[in-house]
Amino acid sequence: MSLFDLKGKVAIVTGGNRGLGKAMALELARSGATIALVDIKVSNETLADFEKEGLKATGYDFNLTHFDEYSSLVAKILKDQGSIDILVNNAGVKKSHPAVEYPKNDWDFVMDINATAVFYMCQTVGKIMIEKGYGKIINMASLLSFQGGTTVPSYAASKGAVMQFSKSLSNEWASKGVNVNCIAPGNFNTEMSADFIHNPKILERTPAGRWGEPEDLAGTAVYLASKASDYVNGHTLVVDGGILGR
Amino acid sequence: MSLFDLKGKVAIVTGANQGLGKGMALELARCGAKVAIIDLKVSAETIADFEKEGLQATGYDFNLADFDKYPSLVAKILKEQGSIDILLNNAGVQKRHPAEDFPKKDWDFVMDINANAVFYMCQEVGKVMIEKGYGKIINLASLLSFQGGLTVPAYAASKGAVMQFSKSLSNEWASKGITINCIAPGYMDTEMNTALVADKTRSRQILERIPAGRWGTPEDLAGAAVFLASKASDYINGHVIAVDGGWLGR
Repeated sequence: MSLFDLKGKVAIVTGGNRGLGKAMALELARSGATIALVDIKVSNETLADFEKEGLKATGYDFNLTHFDEYSSLVAKILKDQGSIDILVNNAGVKKSHPAVEYPKNDWDFVMDINATAVFYMCQTVGKIMIEKGYGKIINMASLLSFQGGTTVPSYAASKGAVMQFSKSLSNEWASKGVNVNCIAPGNFNTEMSADFIHNPKILERTPAGRWGEPEDLAGTAVYLASKASDYVNGHTLVVDGGILGR
Repeated sequence: MSLFDLKGKVAIVTGANQGLGKGMALELARCGAKVAIIDLKVSAETIADFEKEGLQATGYDFNLADFDKYPSLVAKILKEQGSIDILLNNAGVQKRHPAEDFPKKDWDFVMDINANAVFYMCQEVGKVMIEKGYGKIINLASLLSFQGGLTVPAYAASKGAVMQFSKSLSNEWASKGITINCIAPGYMDTEMNTALVADKTRSRQILERIPAGRWGTPEDLAGAAVFLASKASDYINGHVIAVDGGWLGR
């Protein structure tokens, strides 16, 4: 199964301290990658979870709103790890308010973290990948890259942005050996969905009849990070138990 | 990497005597699956290519236009292989004519093989999968599930149909443990596209429009097939993975 082997690769995973990011980072590591976890605060417990399985991970405490520090962050990771082959832009935030009263500071925060930070992480890491002619970038889109949701217009806007600029990057970088793709998760059992996870209507609308678990994304991350997806560019892979097809 | 392990699984791959189907069947076998190859004529050379690598494959010569023989074909495979866990509906045909001249018999042939046969193979094998509460179905869509192409209206119609009824099946069967998804290959350097590759102007135009800067190869699809056939994709239902070098995003 060498198509999915990530031995010798270094992967940056943003927001990898918990939830979906942590699950994807663990599976990338199990497939052989060395992981650089970027989060506001990477806990000892998270790193211990990697060490328990004999996997390699380093934490980088970083606030993704500090756009002017991206270059030094990425330079540090490159120096510490020796290479950057995979970038998973997983960090995301959500703020809910009715559209009529959506405050500008929350709009800006969501757009900054979910869209602008993703673009500039792609840009900063992309330069390194272009130079070596190899790279795998995975951005987190969402069902709200396709649908509008309720009372989360900034989230929908930011995820629409991610899906579309990922295609822009793919158009520019595919021929340089850099794959840029997205994963669009459906409704997953994570802290971010705690406010609506008990709504039975969502489950009724999910053909698979269950919520997604963080582990359900892990295989997709490995697929898009590996040689198995070398001719997949600018695609958004939907992992939603069938909701969008319904 | 147990997420992608197919040991103990049996996969039916239609149209696998050559090209994309054979490339995908080989990779499924390398990941541990036993493969039942369905084609008009499964050659000794094809089977030998599996045996060379120590892989298990059996050929079933079958004409997919013989709709009334599907139950006996599937029953035979089930009996001989002991199980059917994966169905990869890859067989497809192409007929080119300007739309104003497109003859009915070619339209019917393309729709029969590319769409109707896929649906009824899903139905026939789906019954077996529903009963055991497990199955992975992969249908071959196309760029022409999204775009119209040139002088291939029947192909576009059939591939649009495949993408949509795969979602219909997903809506009915996802909760029964069966995932149904599609792969949409881009412009691939295979026998079906010999005419395109040979046409210097069209060939150049197509290449210029592919962000990856190259035509796809059978190997490019193999990973997508394993992914959708394995546990790694258990929460993916009714999706179409485009393996197109970025064509659709341009």
